[in-house]
Amino acid sequence: MNKTLKAFGVALALSSALAGMAMAQPTEVRIGVALEPPALDPTAGAAEAIDIVVYQNVFEGLTRIDQNGAVQPGLADSWTISEDGLTYTFKLHDGVTFHDGTTFDAEDVKFTFDRILSEDSVNAHREFYEPITGITIIDPLTIAFTLDRQIGRFLFDLGRGDAVIVAPESADNNANDPIGTGPFAFVQWDKGSRVVLEAYGPYWGAPAHLTKASYVFISDTATLTNALLAGDIDGTNNFATEALAVFENNPQFKVLVGTTEGETILSTNNKRPPFDNLKVRQAMAHALDRQAIIDGTTNGYGTPIGAPFAPHNPYYVDLTGTYPYDPEAAKALLAEAGYPDGFSATLKLPPVAYARTSGQIIASQFAAVGIKLELINVEWAQWLEDVYANKDFDLSIVSHVEPFDIGNYANPDYYFGYDNPEFQALIKTLNGTVDEAKRKELAIEAQTILARDAVNGYLFELAQTGVWNAKLTGMWQNSPIEGLVLRDIAWTE
Amino acid sequence: MKRLLSHPSLVIGLVATLLFLAIGLLSLVWTPYPIAQIDIPRRFLAPSAAHWLGTDNLGRDMLSLIMAGTWTSFLVAAVAMAIGVGVGVPLGLAAAAWGGPVEWLVLRLTDFVFAFPAVIAAILITTLIGPGAVNAIVAIGIFNIPVFARVARGGALSIATLDFVAAGRLAGLGNMLIAWRHLLPNVMSLIIVQGTIQMSLGILSEAGLSYIGLGTQPPETSLGLMLKDAQSVFLIHPWLTMVPGLCIVLIVIALNIAGDGLRDAIDPRLRQGNPNVLA
Repeated sequence: MNKTLKAFGVALALSSALAGMAMAQPTEVRIGVALEPPALDPTAGAAEAIDIVVYQNVFEGLTRIDQNGAVQPGLADSWTISEDGLTYTFKLHDGVTFHDGTTFDAEDVKFTFDRILSEDSVNAHREFYEPITGITIIDPLTIAFTLDRQIGRFLFDLGRGDAVIVAPESADNNANDPIGTGPFAFVQWDKGSRVVLEAYGPYWGAPAHLTKASYVFISDTATLTNALLAGDIDGTNNFATEALAVFENNPQFKVLVGTTEGETILSTNNKRPPFDNLKVRQAMAHALDRQAIIDGTTNGYGTPIGAPFAPHNPYYVDLTGTYPYDPEAAKALLAEAGYPDGFSATLKLPPVAYARTSGQIIASQFAAVGIKLELINVEWAQWLEDVYANKDFDLSIVSHVEPFDIGNYANPDYYFGYDNPEFQALIKTLNGTVDEAKRKELAIEAQTILARDAVNGYLFELAQTGVWNAKLTGMWQNSPIEGLVLRDIAWTE
Repeated sequence: MKRLLSHPSLVIGLVATLLFLAIGLLSLVWTPYPIAQIDIPRRFLAPSAAHWLGTDNLGRDMLSLIMAGTWTSFLVAAVAMAIGVGVGVPLGLAAAAWGGPVEWLVLRLTDFVFAFPAVIAAILITTLIGPGAVNAIVAIGIFNIPVFARVARGGALSIATLDFVAAGRLAGLGNMLIAWRHLLPNVMSLIIVQGTIQMSLGILSEAGLSYIGLGTQPPETSLGLMLKDAQSVFLIHPWLTMVPGLCIVLIVIALNIAGDGLRDAIDPRLRQGNPNVLA
């Protein structure tokens, strides 16, 4: 009996040694991500989790945003802009095929944008593309866009996940079976578990280093920690900061700390009393101790913000001093607003650690000035329905992760209900301005208005804290756009 | 009383249980620090004179949290047990006293509830009506009902055939009075023993529900919620999981020892020095 067991043990050791040799040059990567996407079509949903999986991996746009946030050629090799800034002509790359074998040409581009702009469009950001008035196919590889006004960020907007090119043959099924032109083709989606992508052989550009990539959905930090330590996954793009210390001094891992476009805010329902009162919102702003929130929620990995704008953006202006932490001033303003004894409100928290933890801290800080918060934990689906769609909330905490999403504040129907015609006019001017210096001036003015009006409580800019196997290279340190781009990721020895 | 005290396990269990209960009760009037007081600069402190059990990830005093959490655990388990006793015992006695279709109905109902895995069903209940301590009580309480119904019926059945019950019937007592005067006093000891066991199970269930986020909600606290908060930093600050974890273990052991001791002390057939009764 004992001998059999021993023999079995030796055989096992041998086989694992052999397996180890075979794995010497791995070309697969398994990435842990916290949230499972609700679907896989980036042109039909606002969830960041969709872009994490498919953006620039399965789907590509005419332009491509690189890891510094700059615009690079994508499916369009080159472009020309007319003198008046209203016509963009794109030369498309030749020989591109979709993963189902169909050919990519100007017809697909026209179809994509007609779909975004159609009456029944489900695109999360139709407004970015609304200035497009005409799409002309000049030849199968040349296409021209006509705009009704100048848009300063048009080339950037074309590189977003919302504007990736889809084919008329497959667009309807992209939610569950995404077919794009990217370096990776979709293989399978085990719901609740993982999505598997495989390198697409006939890819038109430089081939990816990896042959296979799996996104494994692990929402629990402790489970993620164990999966990383056990080698069940090779990395994650955003690891919970409170447990980051586990990996910081471990030579088997590297920790990549960078910036994101995620402005974490205390979303405030500006249409609902008492939050329609500017004094109340100012009082709330004075009651927030940002540094304590950042330390308690993200272990100090985060930058305080005074307006919903990313600190690494060249147009950024530091407005954290507009309403500094001052509980006495907060109490005085509450009294002026007619709430000398404070008031009670609810705070709906989505299931992300930054929201649940900062919610408790904010409740404690607000209690100090007399505002009593009832914390209500909700799941994402419920959050999207109650808070985002039906606007049935007092306060919430969420990170807005889209680049340059200050334009949301110009939409009076957006969920926090900020309706300021002065600001709306300003954003309209900003969007129509191409001159850099002028744009910067306008962007600063826009930030100043939002800071002054204390539309929401502006908390901090999320940091990106990736944890990866030390032998992996090519991951994006910063996250200038929603996505986890596999293109440059490779194993080294 | 002397008989009770002659069982050392009972004494140890009772004393430990009462000690935890006293700590929990004390939290109602006094804790070293307010439990909702978040103080970020003093987070993750090691145990010290100012904070006997250290501080947690939000700078809250661990001792205060443990005190309040212990009270939550006891309260949830006790109310849930009260629901079980209040509904289950009358059902069980009715089954024994009336028999026939009443008994059939009670047994089928208890079978029905028993057929669900308790924790899964508790998750279902709290998912449907929302998380929170009150809903956790309801969920745990519902699963206490069949336990007490069976214990009461089982105990009552063996009593119901005895002569004094027959005498009661001859004297004209109805089923209701038989159950009340003769059956209930005689199954009381069984119910008390079962009650301590259900208390420990209730404390475990509350901790489990809170741990998966369906029980007590912040800023209230419970031992399970503390475990949940601490688990993501387990590798860095294991102390934060050990304290509430050990508390749960100790309370459950104390209740179980007390329950075993009570059974030994109350059940005459198990009384030492009188083994012949067993045969």
